[in-house]
Amino acid sequence: MTAIIALSLLGILNLFLGFWLSRKTIQAATLLFLAGSMALTAMDWNHEMLWYGHMFHTTNTSISFSLIIQLAAFMVVSFSKGFGIDEEHTHPAEYYAILLFSVVGAILMVSFDHLIMFFVGLEILSVAMYVLTGSDKRNLRSNEAALKYFLMGSFATGILLFGITLVYGATRSFYLVNIAQAIANTPPESTPVFLSIGVLLILVGFLFKISAAPFHFWTPDVYEGAPTIFTMFMSTVVKAASFAALYQLLSGPFGTMYGTWVYPIYYISMLTLLVGNITAVYQQSAKRMLAYSSISHAGYMLLTVSANQASTPSTILYYSLSYTLATIVAFGVVMLVAEYQTGRTEKPENFSSFEGLAKQNPGLAFCFTIALLSLAGIPLTAGFWGKFFVFSDIFNRHVYYPVILAIVMSAVGVYYYFKGIIAIYFKEGDIERIELPGLVKFAMWACTLGTLLLGVYPSIVKNLF
Amino acid sequence: MQSIPEIIRTIPLTHYIMLSSALFCIGILGVLTRRNAIIVFMAIELMLNAVNLLLAAFSSYYSDPAGQIFVFFIMAVAAAEVAVGLAIIVMIYRNIQSIDIGVLNKLKN
Repeated sequence: MTAIIALSLLGILNLFLGFWLSRKTIQAATLLFLAGSMALTAMDWNHEMLWYGHMFHTTNTSISFSLIIQLAAFMVVSFSKGFGIDEEHTHPAEYYAILLFSVVGAILMVSFDHLIMFFVGLEILSVAMYVLTGSDKRNLRSNEAALKYFLMGSFATGILLFGITLVYGATRSFYLVNIAQAIANTPPESTPVFLSIGVLLILVGFLFKISAAPFHFWTPDVYEGAPTIFTMFMSTVVKAASFAALYQLLSGPFGTMYGTWVYPIYYISMLTLLVGNITAVYQQSAKRMLAYSSISHAGYMLLTVSANQASTPSTILYYSLSYTLATIVAFGVVMLVAEYQTGRTEKPENFSSFEGLAKQNPGLAFCFTIALLSLAGIPLTAGFWGKFFVFSDIFNRHVYYPVILAIVMSAVGVYYYFKGIIAIYFKEGDIERIELPGLVKFAMWACTLGTLLLGVYPSIVKNLF
Repeated sequence: MQSIPEIIRTIPLTHYIMLSSALFCIGILGVLTRRNAIIVFMAIELMLNAVNLLLAAFSSYYSDPAGQIFVFFIMAVAAAEVAVGLAIIVMIYRNIQSIDIGVLNKLKN
């Protein structure tokens, strides 16, 4: 698909633009590039095609995931008023270029038809994210986050690769279609043992990437240490791309091995829901709470993957979109308030620094509230329908324990999301008016209105394909 | 002269699987137990090379070049990762004059 080539070239162009143009202009150029690549992606709609020696497959599903990823990148770029704190040490052109490159990786990850393509996409995305996590070079917390993310990420890649190798050893191919055929054609008694070991290792590698418990321990530290603008990107783009890829692998080539992977996924999603939600309750820092909330949302999405129904891809799509819109606003407001509070309070990212936000900044408070309500799954927001589709998918499988646990856990979720809302509206504080640049305002309101629109008319996205 | 795939095939496939799994497990143990960032990094490279070895063995046994092509991709990507990883480690060394990962615990509450 042309969007990949276009984005790679435009990323390089972006690097050169850094020589001549100011930060504002580069930001506008990046937005223009992303809008253009979204148009290129959308042009393939309803034209199912194989590219690059049948290694790359554009379907309506993969196109809609690519669009979500590029939309998330668009919003993140709009939110980026400027990277880093001081003018001297920031290199906006490079960061925007790396963002564009990582979007290329994410698009490869959602539309691969060959495991090499998948691996290359995953690594393009991950290596770019390691750089962005550590981009605040003089901040020790950012350094630590980058090292942790890098070590854990490449460890996960190693495990994933070993799994891919074992699957290759058992099926003699990297093409998803051929792997599916090989698995279907071998009788169960003559299947090599290492096929199921390979599938489970691939699963473990993925669980690291999507930060499901018990492989989540790096997530809160990395999300907290990274500059907030990149945390926003990480928690939306990486998650959406990983889930799309995980679903594509499990439902396609490994679909006939349903019995092998479904029970691990049930238990892991239940553990993830428990750990994510219960630890989030005890967090004082809003950023860290959002990190744990992203772990718990990984649990809900894993449940959908395990349902493996005909409606599953559209559920994952809907959930990713609703989660992306809400998370971008939530992290965005945390970023804006923390920037305002830096130097005024000791821990600018804590809930205490949000107290009294609603008095002078009603718009900011409203958007934050809608985002938190959507994450909590309150009706009339997109998050409610996201959870509803997940639960109904898994219910159709006649599996009840995970659903009951998930419903209880989303009630726990309401408690910690409301901590933020209470701090904004019902606590006394002296936050003055925070001036927002036009683009930030636009992105914030667009995401909020999108959340509300999807909450009222979920069928726009749900019935897309 | 024998061609290389034939020489590789004189050893049973299970031996390659055992060797690669052993190397892979040594790599995992290294990542989990070592405290020096460079050594952890080397352990990760060991994991990747265990994968490369196994891919080459499978590829020779099945007379299918795809496995060896994957090895090239893994090597290229590992090189890119090394570049970024060493840059991160150098950045940390400049700030705290140490690359012991135990020192980095600012983010734990």
